[in-house]
Amino acid sequence: MSRQYKLVSCTINGKQVEKMVDVRASLTDMLRDDYRLTSVKRGCEVGECGACNVIIDGECFNSCIYLAVWAQGKEILTLEGLAGPDGGISDIQQAFIDEAAVQCGFCTPGFIMSAAAILEAKREFTDDEIRKRMSGNLCRCTGYENIFRAVKKTMLQRLGKEKEGIL
Amino acid sequence: MYDIKALYEAESVEHAVALLVEHPEAQIIAGGSDILVKMREGKCAGKELVSIYGLDEMRGVSFEADGAIRIGSLTSFSHITGDPIIQEHIRVLGEAVDMVGGPQIRNIGTIGGNTCNGVTSADSASTLFAWDAVVEITGPEGVRRIPIQDFYIRAGVVDLKPGELQTAILIPKKAYEGYQGHYMKYAMRNAMDIATTGCSVNVKLSEDKKVMEDVRIAYGVAGPVPMRASGTEAAVKGRTVSGENVKTFAGAVLEDIRPRDSFRASKEFRQHIAVVLAERALRESIRLAGGEVDE
Ligand SMILES: Cc1cc2nc3c(=O)[nH]c(=O)nc-3n(C[C@H](O)[C@H](O)[C@H](O)COP(=O)(O)OP(=O)(O)OC[C@H]3O[C@@H](n4cnc5c(N)ncnc54)[C@H](O)[C@@H]3O)c2cc1C
Ligand code: FES
Ligand code: FES
Repeated sequence: MSRQYKLVSCTINGKQVEKMVDVRASLTDMLRDDYRLTSVKRGCEVGECGACNVIIDGECFNSCIYLAVWAQGKEILTLEGLAGPDGGISDIQQAFIDEAAVQCGFCTPGFIMSAAAILEAKREFTDDEIRKRMSGNLCRCTGYENIFRAVKKTMLQRLGKEKEGIL
Repeated sequence: MYDIKALYEAESVEHAVALLVEHPEAQIIAGGSDILVKMREGKCAGKELVSIYGLDEMRGVSFEADGAIRIGSLTSFSHITGDPIIQEHIRVLGEAVDMVGGPQIRNIGTIGGNTCNGVTSADSASTLFAWDAVVEITGPEGVRRIPIQDFYIRAGVVDLKPGELQTAILIPKKAYEGYQGHYMKYAMRNAMDIATTGCSVNVKLSEDKKVMEDVRIAYGVAGPVPMRASGTEAAVKGRTVSGENVKTFAGAVLEDIRPRDSFRASKEFRQHIAVVLAERALRESIRLAGGEVDE
């Protein structure tokens, strides 16, 4: 069988883009190889670890088990898209630094995209709800506690409850 | 890259049927959370796929003219949990699928895929069995509807003929009206784990909340496919709400189920869990229905 390609147009981090994509590609393959968005990590590649997480039309997905051709017409957000227009990092990224929620860093973009989906809901979640919403990500280094703190702190800050953010 | 031989993207249900007829070797891909993982493991490698993921007409929850709840087969777990019709009439289904994998799996995984894979541990299956769900199948001959119990043939095999796809799951009005239910998943971890045993119970109480007019119970991982425990239901149907009857109910379970040894758990352990889950799930269902168990 000869190679099969398809033209895929979508919005990535706010920019309308279009490329011929191999139909066998996962969304991870497309984002990393065709668009050089290397925050999208190749981890387990079977939906277990969350290192490849991206937001598609407002919901968080494992890009490793998502066909690239399904991106047609969708709005995709990767970690790169969280940076401000001046290239500065976002509050949630800063919180990961401040709380020492990053060690080797391999899991970090995926965790931050899961966190971004939580923050986008613009409401306060209980500790258990935050843990449940972060349960699709694995980290082999930090032991999760600092990651949890970074997410909770940013959630409270965005809701204007800064004081309670001090855990 | 996945080892896909060719990919055909369906543009409508009819188109999907035509593609399946045209490519008899091809396998359907919905959310892909089973099939793409299998492909990575080398199991479905080199296959042709018919993608139905783009068929929005197969997404969402609505009412049929006769009051049945219609769940499009492509509806994702997170959309089922968040749906107002589900929350009002069959809340337990939303709770059950909220226990699948993790948040990202619940955004991609579909209820159609969860039932068409024929897997006994599927978190939606026991609740669908326990609520007399009906499966809608569309194929070259048109649409047919069958009870979910007949849809499962054996482990990993469901009643889909060449060219057919599952288009919806229906919960008839008489199957949900007046019922309250509870699902319990026993697994080693709270997230990202497959059920060792899953148990879904529901009950319809009399107006004074003293009699169990109907009780239904189904299990996952108590046999090769999900199953109803009919003997257990018969043992307490029409009886009063009491601690003793709840115990009778749970005790009767062992006559109905056929769990086996696996690397996850021994047969004996599964039997023990099945009894405990039945009791707890019935107690909770009674409480949700407004009843009170004595003692
Ligand atoms: C990390 C991880 C964790 C998981 N955890 C759980 C869990 O806790 N509980 C659980 O129950 N499952 C779990 N799963 C399995 C999986 O997510 C579910 O079974 C899901 O419902 C599959 O749906 P899908 O649409 O992604 O399936 P697909 O992979 O697209 O399809 C599954 C099968 O069904 C067939 N099929 C799909 N839709 C149709 C249709 N409409 N008509 C005909 N045939 C169809 C396909 O041909 C294929 O054989 C997990 C998976 C992963 C990767
Ligand atoms: S790389 Fe996608 S979930 Fe692990
Ligand atoms: S920081 Fe190393 S895996 Fe999480």
